[in-house]
Amino acid sequence: MSQMNDRRPPMPPTGGPQAGPDGAKKKVSRIDPYARQRGPGGGGPRGPGRGMFLNAKPKNAGKTLLRVFSYFKYFKFHLIAALFLVGLSSVLHLLSTYLLRPIIDNYIIPGDTAGLARQLIILAIVYVGAAFASLAQSKLLLVAGQKITNRIRRDLFDRLQQLPIHFYDTRTHGDTMSRFTNDVDAIHMALEQTLTQLISSVITFVGVVGIMLFMSPLLFLITLGAMAVMTLISRVIATKGRKMFARQQSAIGEVNGFIEEMVEGQKEIKVFTHEQYAIDEFDELNEEYRDACVKAQFISGIIMPLMGNINNIAYALICIFGGFMAISGNFSLGTLAAYLQYSRQAGQPINQITNQVNMLLAALAGAERVFDVMDEEVEPDHGKITMVPAVVDDKGEFETDAEGAYVIAEKRTGYWLWKIPQEDGTFIYKPVRGDVRFEDVDFSYDGEVQVLKKISLYAKPDQKIAFVGSTGAGKTTITNMLNRFYDIQGGKITYDGIPLEQIAEKSLRESLGMVLQDTHLFTGTVRENIRYGRLDATDEEVVTAAKEANAHSFIHRLPQGYDTMIVNDGANLSQGQRQLLAIARAAVADPVVLVLDEATSSIDTRTERLIELGMDRLMQGRTVFVIAHRLSTVRNSNAIMVMEHGEIIERGDHRQLLDLKGRYYQLYTGQFELT
Amino acid sequence: MRKLLPFAKKYWYFCVLAPILMLVDVFCEQQMPMLMSSIMDTGIKMGDKPYIVRIGLMMIVLALVAIICGCANQYSSSMASQGFGSQLRAAMFRKIQTFSFFNIDKFSTASLVTRMTNDCNRMQNTFMMILRMMIRAPLMFIVAFIRALTINAKLSLIFVVAMPIILVAATQIMRVASNRFRIMQRKLDGLNSAVQENLIAIRVVKAFAREEFEREKFYHANDEMTQAGIRAVSVIIWNMPIMMLVMNFSTIAVYWFGGQLVSAGSMGTGELIAFVSYMMQILFSMQMVSMILMQVSQAKASMNRVIEVLDTDPDIDAPEEVKAVPAAERPQVENGSIEFRNVSFRYATSTTGDNVLENVSFSCKSGQVIALIGATGSAKSTLVSLIPRFYDVTEGEILVGGKNVKEYDPEDLRLAIGMVLQKNVLFTGTIRDNILWGKPDATDEEIEEACASAQALEFIKSFPDGFDTILGQGGVNVSGGQKQRICIARAMIKKPKILILDDSTSAVDSATEEKIREAFRNELQDTTVIIIAQRLSSIQHADEIIILDDGKIADIGNHVSLLANSSIYQEIYQSQLQSNTRGEEQLI
Repeated sequence: MSQMNDRRPPMPPTGGPQAGPDGAKKKVSRIDPYARQRGPGGGGPRGPGRGMFLNAKPKNAGKTLLRVFSYFKYFKFHLIAALFLVGLSSVLHLLSTYLLRPIIDNYIIPGDTAGLARQLIILAIVYVGAAFASLAQSKLLLVAGQKITNRIRRDLFDRLQQLPIHFYDTRTHGDTMSRFTNDVDAIHMALEQTLTQLISSVITFVGVVGIMLFMSPLLFLITLGAMAVMTLISRVIATKGRKMFARQQSAIGEVNGFIEEMVEGQKEIKVFTHEQYAIDEFDELNEEYRDACVKAQFISGIIMPLMGNINNIAYALICIFGGFMAISGNFSLGTLAAYLQYSRQAGQPINQITNQVNMLLAALAGAERVFDVMDEEVEPDHGKITMVPAVVDDKGEFETDAEGAYVIAEKRTGYWLWKIPQEDGTFIYKPVRGDVRFEDVDFSYDGEVQVLKKISLYAKPDQKIAFVGSTGAGKTTITNMLNRFYDIQGGKITYDGIPLEQIAEKSLRESLGMVLQDTHLFTGTVRENIRYGRLDATDEEVVTAAKEANAHSFIHRLPQGYDTMIVNDGANLSQGQRQLLAIARAAVADPVVLVLDEATSSIDTRTERLIELGMDRLMQGRTVFVIAHRLSTVRNSNAIMVMEHGEIIERGDHRQLLDLKGRYYQLYTGQFELT
Repeated sequence: MRKLLPFAKKYWYFCVLAPILMLVDVFCEQQMPMLMSSIMDTGIKMGDKPYIVRIGLMMIVLALVAIICGCANQYSSSMASQGFGSQLRAAMFRKIQTFSFFNIDKFSTASLVTRMTNDCNRMQNTFMMILRMMIRAPLMFIVAFIRALTINAKLSLIFVVAMPIILVAATQIMRVASNRFRIMQRKLDGLNSAVQENLIAIRVVKAFAREEFEREKFYHANDEMTQAGIRAVSVIIWNMPIMMLVMNFSTIAVYWFGGQLVSAGSMGTGELIAFVSYMMQILFSMQMVSMILMQVSQAKASMNRVIEVLDTDPDIDAPEEVKAVPAAERPQVENGSIEFRNVSFRYATSTTGDNVLENVSFSCKSGQVIALIGATGSAKSTLVSLIPRFYDVTEGEILVGGKNVKEYDPEDLRLAIGMVLQKNVLFTGTIRDNILWGKPDATDEEIEEACASAQALEFIKSFPDGFDTILGQGGVNVSGGQKQRICIARAMIKKPKILILDDSTSAVDSATEEKIREAFRNELQDTTVIIIAQRLSSIQHADEIIILDDGKIADIGNHVSLLANSSIYQEIYQSQLQSNTRGEEQLI
């Protein structure tokens, strides 16, 4: 089983799929129905908003904000109406408390029942109005927020499909997934809730402060003092908390990482009876995690009692001084009652505003990361030449009409013509034959290390060209040039005489069939996975392709045959079986040029022999490029390229190379090791 | 639920302390409206300034006490819940260490990781919430209710109307919402795994020019997710307005009926305002309870998944009579002889129920080299994993060192066996750390010696950091062949009685492999070596070659006899034959 792996440019190891079940996926499940309903008492079951400890700063908040808002262009009405309703409900809320004063002073104390009834009806209307406004506002932003998020996800995904392979080389899947889940999620939350909450908090705060000042500037001094203390405390806690939360985050990462590694390596642990060591190390990490958690939870937990009770102290002071003022007669009972209500409300927004601003900033930072991906440059595709089906005769010769022009078929025939646009708007046609030529091709992934140096080679239709060499010699890179996963930096590649970059990417890639070293399958049935090679293939064609790849017999034995579901990238199949499916997938595509990159590395030699019979059929009439670790696989090639450090150091057929007594000979006789 | 209590034991005093502190905290808080009403109704009415100051100071003192109790309560409940979580996690980790391969296969490693991380954390959070909220809400409810009754029992009749409305509304909303959120979560998981799959297989997508197809697939999932999201949240947004309306209309009712009482002089203005405060707290605490109950019921799924792990008994353990003897006197593996007697095996998890191994019998003496070959899926790896008793045979028996493997303590048995697995795993840490797995107390000389035998010394020394080179998780920064040789060194340093190599030289070239075999011959003379390989060149010198075909022994013998008699062996031989320069045929 070959571990060769030269399909990636050299770069630091990435976490990628190893993130496993613990990766980005699970973070998503933290959408929490209850987070949406912080009651008047604040702080749902999760404790007061974590927002306080977020420390994300967008680089360019203004620009990002504008761009997020540009998504509202489809929902202008929703946005404007919602903002109006937020304002309305906040004002009505303030008003309802203010009505308390006349109710007590003018109606209850004097005993005016009729007036009380009238006043209470007004209050009821205000309450209903506020409730309706807040409900309508939620609904509007819910719909707009969900649909905008949908559009952002869509734009992001669209862009991801257009990005060049280079993008995927330089980022881990975990990183991209996190943009897709956590960052989009943060934007969503901000759109749906944080934004309006912040507006409502600010309106409430300004309103409450204004009314309090108006009611009694003297008592307001007490409120102001309390606010100052609260702001101070909240700042101290936020600074400390941020550190604690960072520590908790890194501790949780370590524990989870350790658990993952140890559970996945459980067989090794058993083999080496290493259980006790694992337990000891785990205990250490677990204890560190516990300690970090306690501190983080504690610091976030004390905000509520601290703030609430400082507010209570202010409340008590207002009672005392308000009481004095009431006794001296220049302050009514109703005013005092209303002022006390407001003082309760005044305490909350300070925390909330800090929270919400932080959450908003975090969302903007998330949006920035999302937009970063959206702004990545897409794969260049200036190719104008496309492929159209051709009419062929019984012998597979391309038919021509009276004037010698090739005939275009209505439907797929398995044979193709290049459709080459001319300057005068007409097209000329030319058969797709699969003649591939490299002339002095240079390439480097990073602009420093030259991965391909002056590579020249040709492959004629029906020829099999093989590449042999160590990891990093540049074998896979050559095939990556062919399907334009990367663009060459020097030299020229032609396909039937046409420079590669003039061919439309889609047509180019559809004419190439690839079986990659790491076979990836998709969630769906076996049949659907084979059909991935050609979406309009009939069931019979799928079965024929499977037979060709020698996959039919094992598929047949699966519980549901061709309808067996493949899950988790084919985790329920052996590596060998997955490779067979990948070969069948390429077979059904019926490509002009076939690339086999370590396609049979996980299959034992006896089975490989059986597949080879099918493969020989599969290779017939196509240009084939083969990369293999096992020399037996490449022996019957028309030409074998021995590669080293990005250069072809030997070329020729099997016999010629052996006679050369060079590197190939050493490999063949086991004197030299491929790494 | 009772099963989880022991995990709270280590920090039980915090579990007790937290509610007590909470009680004091709630009590202090609940005094506030009451004291305020005395200031209004007694102090202001009588013009008694010293009284106002006295009551006011009392309020401040209560607030200070509440701060202390509140913070202390936070500390206690954090200690209690994090302590609980950490004990639970440790118990699970220990449990998993005792699991057999069968247990692990049954759960799957991915699921075990999720259970230890996600589920465990959710349990921990729920425990914290119970300590903080579950106790607070009823306390708040009771204290406020008593207060309200004391102020005016008749006015409390308003609760009789308001409470059922809140209760019904809250639970109904939660019920419908949690259902819809479950659906939404499923759609979201589906969406995310679709994206993840696309990212992982992006080369395939691009190679087949399937971007358009993938996009359609994604749009569909995305739209479904959006619909599910709107449906779910549409329910939840009713919660706050309804809650507020009920509270507000109850307030209006209090002002109406209470206002008339105040006008009639049978109730103070302060009392009226205090009553409103208590009412708010009562209704609010009810909503809190319904919310918590819902959350707890959701944590139940996690709880079951955690308990399932804790309740699983490892199905492979030392026999009772062996456990009864002190470790030093337990039976040890005497030598490396192996015997399979009519062994059949089937994975208990498999649904098809076919035997993976069928009636396998063979034996070998200590120090022999045994080779296993056969097609992919012919159960070679399964066969060798029965020797260290990773699985128990379904029928028949296996003898190691002349004793049935079930008579040993599995740990003693495994100590005598070295193994290099097909899918070998290296761990985060230095190369030295990894090799020390084989023998934790090995000296530097021993490590070098083992690496030299495994032909790994040269390349390790060529690394700038030598043995201190840090390996990433899974050994990502060494090549396949290097990784295999480190794994061989790790097994060799153990100096085992039996060494099993499961296709572990596939990425090593034949010349190096020959040197490794040479080292086996010289240094592990008494060790029985079992080799699984694809290349005949790796195994043709074995004392005995066993050909497995579909779980049965097809042929057994040495290279010469098999070449003469076994058609399968001949076929394999042919498939690997190549002619050398002189036109003679030789093995690859």
